[in-house]
Amino acid sequence: MGALLYLAPAAVVLVAMMAYPLYQLVQISLYDYGQAQASGGAPLEFLGLGNYAELLGDGRFWTILAQTCVFAAVCVAGSLAVGIALAVLATRIRALPRLLLFLAALGAWATPAVAGSTVWLFLFDQDFGLVNEVLVGLGFGGAEGMSWTYDRYLAFGLVAAEVVWCSFPFVMVTTYAGIKAIPADVVEAAALDGASTWRTARSVLLPMLRPLLVIATIQSIIWDFKIFTQIYVMTNGGGVAGGNLVLNVYAYQEAFAGSNYGLGSAIGVVMTVLLLLITLAYLRAQRGNEEFA
Amino acid sequence: MSIPLRVRRPGRLLAEICAVAVAAVVAFPLYWMVLSAFKPEGEIQSTDPRPWTMTPTLENFRRVFTLDGLGGYFLNSVIVAGVVVLVSMVLSFLAAVALTRFRFRGRTVLLVMLLIAQMVPVEALTIPLFFLMRQVGTVAPAFGLNHLGSLVLVHLAFSLPLAIWMLRGFVAGVPVELEEAATLDGAGRARFVWQVLFPLVAPGLVAASVLSFIHAWNDFLFAKTFIISATENQTLPVAILVFFTPEGNDWGAIMAGSTLMTIPVLVFFVIVQRRLVSGLAGAVKG
Repeated sequence: MGALLYLAPAAVVLVAMMAYPLYQLVQISLYDYGQAQASGGAPLEFLGLGNYAELLGDGRFWTILAQTCVFAAVCVAGSLAVGIALAVLATRIRALPRLLLFLAALGAWATPAVAGSTVWLFLFDQDFGLVNEVLVGLGFGGAEGMSWTYDRYLAFGLVAAEVVWCSFPFVMVTTYAGIKAIPADVVEAAALDGASTWRTARSVLLPMLRPLLVIATIQSIIWDFKIFTQIYVMTNGGGVAGGNLVLNVYAYQEAFAGSNYGLGSAIGVVMTVLLLLITLAYLRAQRGNEEFA
Repeated sequence: MSIPLRVRRPGRLLAEICAVAVAAVVAFPLYWMVLSAFKPEGEIQSTDPRPWTMTPTLENFRRVFTLDGLGGYFLNSVIVAGVVVLVSMVLSFLAAVALTRFRFRGRTVLLVMLLIAQMVPVEALTIPLFFLMRQVGTVAPAFGLNHLGSLVLVHLAFSLPLAIWMLRGFVAGVPVELEEAATLDGAGRARFVWQVLFPLVAPGLVAASVLSFIHAWNDFLFAKTFIISATENQTLPVAILVFFTPEGNDWGAIMAGSTLMTIPVLVFFVIVQRRLVSGLAGAVKG
């Protein structure tokens, strides 16, 4: 009975603000829910899976889904590559350069998404940006007044660069901690047995780091798959003619700009299901070193 | 403790030069943001930007604070993040106590649900939460749309699962003997929880509260969705977009605002970085 008393406040908030909305999301996705229905001016019309049928039959949805997956994959691969490389680098240098590296990473990590987005936009600004100026100075005359956000792929690339910038520190810090936790005598033993540095890394260190890397990867996938702020701010709501939409921004635009709450919710459900599948993978990865004590 | 990688001195020096160069590149956007915040208008509008300024000015800050009332938005952000931190610490502490110091049926199920709750894509809940807040507003306006209370409620919910998860480890770390001793001394459970346990898990509370603070402070999506017409109740991340206009962006003001937005998080991060990393590692490892 006592436990219930201690749990109740948190449970009430979680049920009201998370479980119930999740149920509502599914429910709204089954209705034709537009502006008139939202204001109570028209009766709700049950569509069943109608919104989903509309979504899956729309080529635009598939484009955006593919776009979301590729964009997330690029961001995840970038964060992992940079994070792991720098973690390895950090184990090979003295304290002072390492401190500088960690301070810089901490700064990028701490920067709010909106602030990070604005400063990257400013650096790559068409007229007053430092990057174009430097490029022109280096002899790339074509960079004069070049827009980095007009072209779909350039814009995605720019956002991805910003995302990698602010998310590699998590990978770097976790991997670094993982490497430091490996007992030195394991590596010594491998060296005594005549293993090369490369062989040691591949056959000894990598297997020991794997659980940690799996979790860092899945965590990154979950973050990068549902990015909203960077895309919204840097491409001004989804890019020229919606060329830079990802699922999250698409759902938002459908619902709040297009007043099509039913369809927006259906996109939300699709996203939740996809992420839930990733979560299952996450749980399986956790099971190895998890004990519910 | 460190791994004896047989690196020759020149190799290490090269690695160190690389590391410092990377650090400079990574830190550069932040440097540019702060620098631009202090640059006079003319230098920002120049098509020949320089990585330094001889004439630093507070003009950008003055402009965003007086002309466009960014001070008010800053205060709103502080209120939302502050309330979220305070309330979520109390609620998550209580829940963590229940989950570690009580034995009851269904505890494991609750723990698994907590883990899953951390993975729910909260952004997908924007639409139902919008309608929920509209309804709440008819009963308790301060917690409905266009009011800061609505933001407090959602961020409270989103920060609880991780906070409970992190605190669980810290609460479990307090030896049972201590509780028995307190009971022998005549302290009831409530007294033990608040006067012995609470101070002991303070480091965990600090780490968890930083994460809660950052979530609430950085939020863009919910502030944008919930605060529609009452612009005076807007928070900093959304308010800054006012300076993006089709006629041209006021970069000086945008950078000043972004700097203001970043500094509190940066300060928190630096103060608690050790605890944060160990807390995170604990949360990742369970």
